Amino acid sequence: MSKHHVTTNINGEPVEFLCEAQQTMLDVLRDELHLTGSKEGCGSGDCGACSVILDGKVVCSCLMLGVEAEGRKVITIEGIAQGDKLHPVQQKFLEHAALQCGFCTPGLIVAAKALLDENLNPTEEETRYWLAGNLCRCTGYDKVIRAVLDAAAVMRGEPGASVST
Amino acid sequence: MSFLDKAALKIVGTRPIRPDGVDKVTGRANFGADMVMPGMLWGRIKRSPHAHARILGIKFEKALALPGVKAVTCGADFPEVTPERAHVGAAPANLRDLSRNVIARGKVLYEGHAVAAVAATSQAIAEQALDLIEVEYEVLPHVMDIEAAMADGAPLLHDDIFTAGVEPKPTKPSNVSKVVRFAIGDVEAGFREADIVIERRYTTKPVHQGYIEPHACLVSVAADGQCTIFSSSQGQFMVRAYTSRIVGADIADIRAIPAEIGGGFGGKTIVYLEPLAYMLSKKSGRPVKMVMSREEVFRATGPAPGAIVEVKLGAKKDGHITAAQSILKYQAGAFQGSPVQQGCICGLAVYDFPNALTIGYDVLCNRPKVAAYRAPGAPIGSFGVESCMDELADALNIEPLKLREINGAKDGTKATHGVTWVNIGYQKTLEAARASEHLKAPLGPNQGRGIASGYWHNAGGESSAACHVNEDGTITVTEGHPDIGGSRASMAMMVAEVLGVPFENVRPVVGDTTSIGFSASTGGSRVTFAGGMAVTQAAQKVVEVLKQRAAVIWDISPDAVEWKDGKAYPAGPNAGAFEPLDLATIGNRAARTGGPISAEVQINAQGQGPGFATHICDVEVDRETGFVKILRYTAIQDVGRAIHPSYVEGQMQGGVTQGIGWALNEEYIYDKDGCLENPGFLDYRIPVASDMPMIDTIMVEVPNPRHPFGARGVGEVPLVPPMAAVANAIFAATGLRLRDLPMSPPKIRAAVDAEEPPRLAAE
Repeated sequence: MSKHHVTTNINGEPVEFLCEAQQTMLDVLRDELHLTGSKEGCGSGDCGACSVILDGKVVCSCLMLGVEAEGRKVITIEGIAQGDKLHPVQQKFLEHAALQCGFCTPGLIVAAKALLDENLNPTEEETRYWLAGNLCRCTGYDKVIRAVLDAAAVMRGEPGASVST
Repeated sequence: MSFLDKAALKIVGTRPIRPDGVDKVTGRANFGADMVMPGMLWGRIKRSPHAHARILGIKFEKALALPGVKAVTCGADFPEVTPERAHVGAAPANLRDLSRNVIARGKVLYEGHAVAAVAATSQAIAEQALDLIEVEYEVLPHVMDIEAAMADGAPLLHDDIFTAGVEPKPTKPSNVSKVVRFAIGDVEAGFREADIVIERRYTTKPVHQGYIEPHACLVSVAADGQCTIFSSSQGQFMVRAYTSRIVGADIADIRAIPAEIGGGFGGKTIVYLEPLAYMLSKKSGRPVKMVMSREEVFRATGPAPGAIVEVKLGAKKDGHITAAQSILKYQAGAFQGSPVQQGCICGLAVYDFPNALTIGYDVLCNRPKVAAYRAPGAPIGSFGVESCMDELADALNIEPLKLREINGAKDGTKATHGVTWVNIGYQKTLEAARASEHLKAPLGPNQGRGIASGYWHNAGGESSAACHVNEDGTITVTEGHPDIGGSRASMAMMVAEVLGVPFENVRPVVGDTTSIGFSASTGGSRVTFAGGMAVTQAAQKVVEVLKQRAAVIWDISPDAVEWKDGKAYPAGPNAGAFEPLDLATIGNRAARTGGPISAEVQINAQGQGPGFATHICDVEVDRETGFVKILRYTAIQDVGRAIHPSYVEGQMQGGVTQGIGWALNEEYIYDKDGCLENPGFLDYRIPVASDMPMIDTIMVEVPNPRHPFGARGVGEVPLVPPMAAVANAIFAATGLRLRDLPMSPPKIRAAVDAEEPPRLAAE
């Protein structure tokens, strides 16, 4: 069983890897490239914990083969912050306490970033439907939605909400 | 020293960013499946395709012949856990049963029961090897449902279970493992006194905890038996103790390192994988990693039990309840130990019933062994009692909230299970409900509002904590409880408050089993209570040491030193005139004043305050499709003292959402052979973002005087009221009483059709 050689770009860096034909992109990220921020919650595209941005679109990396990354641009949770500067979505997740266990958080943040890349002014309902493919069992989504809407406001140059104390 | 005066608090009650937050928003945090070791193998489990069968033989020859397969194991490799070794410490699990749940011996008792395991050099080879393990079965009749399992002549799961709790002691084995009973007053006399008596039957289906992280572990056993376990669980000390008993190793030979945990909700308070990975590692001499698939999580872990709940209430016309009775029958799954006792107790605990009787049956059936799920047992019993309260209110033509105001428990009330309440906040939750904007908001057509209450004991118990002053005056706090929802923040806040230092100066760490003293698991809503008490005491001890060190530096008596706002001061003019000493100065001089400045405490925390909640839910029901939309939801809860209010709100919101899933969609569906038909998130539908509105929270604070800051456990009671709150709202919207969970569209449609024959399409 010979492996396939794949040339791709992950988080802005050129990357080459070898993978088996049946290996998912999620397994490649986690097991071959040691980018373990993307999580496997189901392996069937239902939970969104493995969300990555592929050429600007959110995909479940568990439903994508590693070989499909050839010539594409992939952004994972590890590529959302710029150096030590958190993305506004990450910052607002922290301020709003929008995570409890934190396992679904990478997928939610990746999906939310993709939303705001496309639409800086989403309604609550648009945000809820956009994130409907990202299961979270801890938070009830309330603080997640608030964090994303607040991040959008900050990215629009508005002051953003202050979390009540 | 007490910190019960809220106005004097500087840090507790604020909302700082959690110390582990950045790791968790950047993907750096290591969960159960994120670790690797050199030379690591992958383990996989061969599971039973039958609900009930005798294992006649297991052949590994073909699997072992596959290149890359390094070890196999099955029940024969594991020691028999004798009855005297079935319990360890104060841990609740029966380890004889748990051992047989981890790996079958003799019989398989449910579809998905682990029969064998294999370790290989890759996941793909391990998976391939499973098909080469040959298991010969004699299929036995199976029994899935409570009443069938209780019937005479039902297939027996175990021939050594004789119903406990009945006299005379039975001579024949039974699927009813025990009967529990609690009573107060004279329930028959109470029903005779009543003007109205209603009796209803409610049912619930098994539901999974639904943590998004599947079970995972990495285990390495050396030739001398020294073992390291890295795994995701609700308790590293639990993992260590349970694994040791199941594999027959000494506790001291196992070091359990807690991974970050991707949700548990009770479902990770026992082990599934670690003993198997241990055996595979021992046999192969290499580290073994095991990660469950989502399908395995559904087939073989959790769930909370399905149940039958029969409730009878009698009341005077003025709404005073004269008698209450509940008969609960819970599925235990393949091994005894459903949480039926908690269901019995908690359902009735909300009210001041002069006469009450509750009886619970723990019923074995060929389903996965149930596991704890957030207030284990309580949501089920309360679905029955709180629905029946609503039915009684309707029959009496009394507002449901009013009925609760009339009969609600208060300080001095003696509960059915014998406890007399002190410092409880139930009435305050009703007052807050009464005063809420939500209760006054108008409703539209097909919309209705439901209310329900709930109770959970909360827990205390064994916890350890260490507080270290570092050389630069920063603080390291080590605790023994996995942080499942932000508890590191709460621990650091309490320590910062005691020491009078900024929150950011305190770094909380969850220690492994060799770096901190024994701590019971994260569960029972106990961490902020018991763990918080331990870190507070550790910090208080450190303050005493800091005062002594300042006294050494100043050459005065420690009694003449006062600790205030993170600094040592002379306690009054007689102590002498000295410039205050801060933590950095004292920490830096530690070597010259007596050595390292640290304190470790071990406690067995008592006095956890009970948790009460009242929820208000608005729904809109589409009678055509059976779809129920949650329009608005308010959760009101006595939280004692909210240490970090955002994470308290988060517990309330998360519990509500799980309850809405339990109410409307979630259920295990089995075929006639006892095989699970919906082992995935597509067909087992938990709530998604677009299903939910914002969830309003009202935190009532009745401080628990037994905790230094007044905290009560908050994590579990939010799952107790939602199912009845939703059912009661559906009734208010439609006049339809749904008594069987989940109240999914087909059930709503059936209820609509039963009320009004289906209309012709032409109409």
